[in-house]
Amino acid sequence: MNDITSNVLKGDSRSIARLITLAENNDPIAANAMKVIHPKTGKAHVIGITGVMGSGKSTLIFELTREYRKKGLKVGIIAIDPTSPFSGGALLGDRIRMMELATDEGVFIRSMGTRGMLGGLTSAVYDVVEILDASGKDIIFVETVGVGQAEVDVIKLADTTLVTLVPGLGDSIQTIKAGIMEIADIYVVNKADRQGVEQTVAEIESLIDITCSEKDRKIPVLTTIAKQSKGISELVDEIENHKDYLKDTKMFEAQRKKRYEAELIEIIRKRLMNLIFDESIFKDKVESLIDQISKKQVDPYTVAEEILGKILK
Amino acid sequence: MEKKIRVLIAKPGLDGHDRGAKVVARALRDAGMEVIYTGLHQTADMVVETAIQEDVDVIGLSLLSGAHMTLFVDVTKLLKQKGMQDVLVVGGGIIPEQDAPKLKKAGISGIFGPGTHCEDIVKFIKKNVKR
Repeated sequence: MNDITSNVLKGDSRSIARLITLAENNDPIAANAMKVIHPKTGKAHVIGITGVMGSGKSTLIFELTREYRKKGLKVGIIAIDPTSPFSGGALLGDRIRMMELATDEGVFIRSMGTRGMLGGLTSAVYDVVEILDASGKDIIFVETVGVGQAEVDVIKLADTTLVTLVPGLGDSIQTIKAGIMEIADIYVVNKADRQGVEQTVAEIESLIDITCSEKDRKIPVLTTIAKQSKGISELVDEIENHKDYLKDTKMFEAQRKKRYEAELIEIIRKRLMNLIFDESIFKDKVESLIDQISKKQVDPYTVAEEILGKILK
Repeated sequence: MEKKIRVLIAKPGLDGHDRGAKVVARALRDAGMEVIYTGLHQTADMVVETAIQEDVDVIGLSLLSGAHMTLFVDVTKLLKQKGMQDVLVVGGGIIPEQDAPKLKKAGISGIFGPGTHCEDIVKFIKKNVKR
């Protein structure tokens, strides 16, 4: 075991941070470290928090973290913000709402850009969850980018998924019901001091009533005012209830398998794309093939079959 | 894949003038960097701990209250203590000319006052980033 891996397992912040960077940059050192780390993971409860922009996800995580810290648990936070598709840069500002946690030794916060991934997550997030888990964090929060309708990848990653909403979305709940309205284990209506909170709760509850696929568990709808620390301990209780429910119904295993499936697909996708588009053997060829496609000398399906055929040989 | 430059933009001290910090943060993002912005009222401990967790290559400090000789130097001292001299530190805000050499000596590699062109900051970072 090399230094960085053993230090991560001891919970050393700098090693954790460095290994996350290596994983984000697809460095082979990270791949080797992940092989050693994987058997040491699985203890942390992963809580995904998704929801529309400005619904208070970061503030909720800050408050929930304080609650878990009171219980003496260690917390890891992964906060994802969008990468600009134009410059490749990103402005990662979720920490602004969490700065009081900056010097708490039991909390590790990492901001990440999506780096081209759709779905509300980022490619290396599976690695980061494993790294934080192996480093001894009991609770790991994953904050997705502010979502619209289809950014639902977080359910594959998280054991418990919270969907945050705010009062006054009105008809927009109807429009998002096909996307993020299907993925919640717990609904949180934050900013509940605003007008229209009863209506929003009622609308969500009526949606839950008509989509009763999980008959043995009614999905709870909670109200919080994160800025005033209101409703937070009740939310923690609900998260714990969901955790017990997963364990009692043996759904925990199934949920974890979903995560590992998503992780495996992501690793293979990344390596294949890298092989085709970044490795020198293929790169020039791909460019000339794209050129031929645009001149209508060949079609994209034939090219795709040709490339895959070469790899699979 | 090309390694991205990660930058922490922090405002130590008590002044609330964060426009400059935000303009620089945005310019660095547009230059393809990942910029972590922490907001106002940071202590040296908070800045350095955040820099560790975010594994940044660069720290940009912005201060307009006049306390730069104390607060900027606190950050570089703490970085030295933690063996993090491989992090490039730059500063901006209202920094009198006569203070610049002392700050450079203390480990603030670049000082950028009012009127600086954003592209000069980008160029400086790209040229001087240590890892």
